Amino acid sequence: MSEGVSFDDIVRDRHIVVCCGTGGVGKTTVAAVFAAEGARRGRNAVVVTIDPAKRLANTLGLDALSNTPREIDRQRWDPAGTAPPGGRLSALMLDTKSTFDHLVATYAADDDQTQRILSNRFYRNVSTALSGTQEYMAMEKLYELHEQGGYDLIVVDTPPTRHALDFLDAPRRLTRLLDNRIFRLLMMPTRAYLRFASAAVQRFLRTVSRVVGTEVVDDVVAFFRAFEGMEEGFRNRATSVLALLAEPSSSFVVVSSPRRDAVEEAAFFAERLAESDIPVEGLIVNRVHPAFGDEGVEGLRARAEALAGKHLDAAPATGDGAASARRLAELYTNLADFRQVAERERHHMAGVKARAGRAAVAYVPFLSRDVYDFDALAEVGGHVFSRHARVD
Amino acid sequence: MAGKGGVGKTTVTATLAATAAGAGLSVLIVEVEGKSGLAACFGQAPLGYEETELAPGVRGRTLTPDEALVDYLEAHGMRRISKRLARSGALDIVSSAVPGMKDILVLGKVKSLEQNRAADVILIDAPAAGHAITFLMSPRGLGDAVRVGPISRQSTEVMEMLADPERCQVILVTVPEETPVNELVDTAFQLEDRIGVQLGPAVVNACYPDPGVPESVDDVQQLADELGVFVSPREAGDLVAAAGFRRERFVLQQQQADRLAARLPLPQVRLPFLFTAELGPPEIEVLAATFAAQVDALPESSRGRVTVP
Repeated sequence: MSEGVSFDDIVRDRHIVVCCGTGGVGKTTVAAVFAAEGARRGRNAVVVTIDPAKRLANTLGLDALSNTPREIDRQRWDPAGTAPPGGRLSALMLDTKSTFDHLVATYAADDDQTQRILSNRFYRNVSTALSGTQEYMAMEKLYELHEQGGYDLIVVDTPPTRHALDFLDAPRRLTRLLDNRIFRLLMMPTRAYLRFASAAVQRFLRTVSRVVGTEVVDDVVAFFRAFEGMEEGFRNRATSVLALLAEPSSSFVVVSSPRRDAVEEAAFFAERLAESDIPVEGLIVNRVHPAFGDEGVEGLRARAEALAGKHLDAAPATGDGAASARRLAELYTNLADFRQVAERERHHMAGVKARAGRAAVAYVPFLSRDVYDFDALAEVGGHVFSRHARVD
Repeated sequence: MAGKGGVGKTTVTATLAATAAGAGLSVLIVEVEGKSGLAACFGQAPLGYEETELAPGVRGRTLTPDEALVDYLEAHGMRRISKRLARSGALDIVSSAVPGMKDILVLGKVKSLEQNRAADVILIDAPAAGHAITFLMSPRGLGDAVRVGPISRQSTEVMEMLADPERCQVILVTVPEETPVNELVDTAFQLEDRIGVQLGPAVVNACYPDPGVPESVDDVQQLADELGVFVSPREAGDLVAAAGFRRERFVLQQQQADRLAARLPLPQVRLPFLFTAELGPPEIEVLAATFAAQVDALPESSRGRVTVP
């Protein structure tokens, strides 16, 4: 195996970058950082965001769901005018339902079939609320942008799912539903299924009807009948999406924070992706506290206690000395607290780095303000890409 | 208990449980989204479907849709069906057809726990923020798709429970930072407008304690000289840098907590950031004491809603 890649390699060479990780670790921010960096290096970059924080959305020129990429005024991300002329930056905010509707229209034989599906209640449920649909559509949008061509770099944020691998499985979910034996029987002409279905299926349907009502079953039947002839297209599409993600030009970057739970999820995630033959190429640990020197926590706490003792000794005599001792003890306790945070974070980070294999690793410090404008995005980028030489 | 991922929702759930138990109430914590560090907060092994005691007065359990469905059907004289549904994996198929189905099963089970008076207080460690809305919206959405049958009845009863402030309220948790505060405000309005659920006090977690007045390295040296102790220049620099960092964060956090108060007319409970290692029973006790003291200081009207079972 050759040397692992660096974040510079990723942002320069990769066609697709998928940012994943648990919620609350700054995944959307990292996705924006990658796209902006790509543009600054002369690539035509687009970032697909999912539910970005309002101010970041404003920065990216997204005030509402927009299913087609909008180009961001060059002046905003390259005010100094130093980026190569080919550099362009666009963004979109995933609209799950529109993406799904578009997909249906693509594979439907005619407008009539499209309309029958779009107006079906079961379809509306699936397209807006089926768990995993958002993940599915994020991958679908990625594929659409890839097929449509033109973009050198497509960066995708993933939904903040607790089960962080759902998006890999998502495209298969619908085809699995379509493959289900019972649903195949349901595609027989209306009500005929009740006559032709086997006794077991009849029992099953009666059971389902008793629990959720016959209307639901009827909706499902209507949906599958409307869907007839489209399964093949959907199945092929799902296979292509997964194949695209597994290509060497696609890169997965895991975003984490230096907390125990986030780090454990990140390591777990990297291992699971590796099992699917999709190596994680980068690991970004976000919001790392400063170290504040290198003194041991115990020594500092002992010092604080000794000073607090001094304060007690001094108390009866001079009020001033007591206040000074208390204040200095507080300062030592505070330093000990932050040293303890730093040591704990470094322990977690060492653990995750050991489990990350050949992935590039970058640490982004705790910034004193929220990251939502291009200056701040560039600042984060400075800790990830070697322009400012701070990788690992 | 609801809040964005990473804000310490689980810690706050454990804190509220310890507070309520400290007030003499029996507490049942229900975990609905798989593993969390909840049991670890009480120094116990991860929770399972069977209730376990986490601390005196505090019990805990998990609740999954499949188990809730089997319980439900068995309780309604459909034992044979429940077996068949479980065997055929039908729940997955049905829940694909009826989104919110799994959520309603879980909420329905919570409702039956409540009606059976399983504890004075039942705390649900809800899914992370965006999903919490979907979770609590499920009975309404389901009412649209399923209009008859037991599941439909279940939705109606769950909606009644959610809308009754005497029976149910949502406590939103955040940290004093810009994005989490914005999300809490959005979630709060959505929950009130779309579900009509009563909101308890907003909990602002992980607030830095007041750092006191600023010092320079010279000030530190002066303090040391006065006390006749030695502080190396380098150490003085670290002391000042660490104090400065905390002060900077403290000011920003105050601004965010105040902004939250201005945008959301809810009482606030602020919990301190704990520097000590991973959270366990002693830390939860500290947080619970702070929580109780602040709840006592709240106006009577909002306080009552926090502690009355």
